[in-house]
Amino acid sequence: MTPAGLEISGGETVLFWVIAPLMVLAALGLLFVKRAVHAAMCLVFVMVSMAILYIAQEAPFLGVVQVVVYTGAVMMLFLFVLMLVGVDASDSLTETIRGQRWTGLLIGIGLAVILGGVVGQAAFPPARGLEGGDPDGVANPQALARVLFGDYVLAMEAVGVLLVTAAVGALVLTHRRRLTPKQTQESVADKRIKALPDGVVLTPLPPPGVYARSNAMDTPALGPDGEQVPQSVSRVLRIRGQERPAPEGPAVVVSTSSTPETERDA
Amino acid sequence: MDITNYVVLAAVLFAIGATTVLLRRNAIVVFMGVELMLNATNLAFVTFARMHGDVTGQVLAFFVMVVAAAEVVVGLAIIVTIFRTRRSASVDDVNLLKG
Repeated sequence: MTPAGLEISGGETVLFWVIAPLMVLAALGLLFVKRAVHAAMCLVFVMVSMAILYIAQEAPFLGVVQVVVYTGAVMMLFLFVLMLVGVDASDSLTETIRGQRWTGLLIGIGLAVILGGVVGQAAFPPARGLEGGDPDGVANPQALARVLFGDYVLAMEAVGVLLVTAAVGALVLTHRRRLTPKQTQESVADKRIKALPDGVVLTPLPPPGVYARSNAMDTPALGPDGEQVPQSVSRVLRIRGQERPAPEGPAVVVSTSSTPETERDA
Repeated sequence: MDITNYVVLAAVLFAIGATTVLLRRNAIVVFMGVELMLNATNLAFVTFARMHGDVTGQVLAFFVMVVAAAEVVVGLAIIVTIFRTRRSASVDDVNLLKG
């Protein structure tokens, strides 16, 4: 294609006029939505639409990178931090600086006006399109790589260093020093042995329900001496008062249906 | 359609992002505003690359993306640290340096 000019197809026009208003709406949602999670969703929408626009604008590589890096990594990081901080961390409405809201709004509108004026006043050259400008006639990752690793190889190295530094910095920043010594299995066992004189049982507690009649969880077990073992019933049931007394007599009761005194006590 | 429409869209998105940074209190939402501004500049870069028929604009947009990723990592780590000590993610609460 000759560098005569760039014809923007009708399909791209339709795509732009469908996506651009939605993008602006979603971006405004960032401004007006109350909860941070909804703002994050709005931003995800803006970024995916941006990727579509990149692909429409002869930048397929950047479109893919946009999806992978921004919506895939950055926004998920945002959501992780939101979950860490608490999803319902909403904005406080008290103004600490008086008149900050109106001043901020004014500055924002002023910026929009200035930018619009600059874009409106600027004389842009006739668009050429990437296919006309590139000697190989391609605007794909290969052409991009040729510039990236040719003219900008030093910047590329610096960016690599920056990424490593950022990763290490995030690790250092979020690292938390341990306040108490780590609990190991050995230390737990030592603690139990030390608490032995206070009436702590080392072994597992006896299971309840030797006399399984209705629901044996609430019937205490009998020890080898025929006495009831109250610890065998769950502590919750004991506190609620829902345990049943074990039937009288030795532990060799055969008939399980003839103990009417324990039938109904709740 | 004129290709400058893309530039106008980028300008609008940039202005919205800047207003978000100025108005919102939640540090995370403020950060999202910064991201929106970076994305808007990327759109302008890509549009100019197409306008001038030069891939360099796309390369610069790529660099912006990488730097933005690094910035997000460190910034969110700072927010998490602040939240751990202050139990709040509001930018107004971080005024310990005030005399």
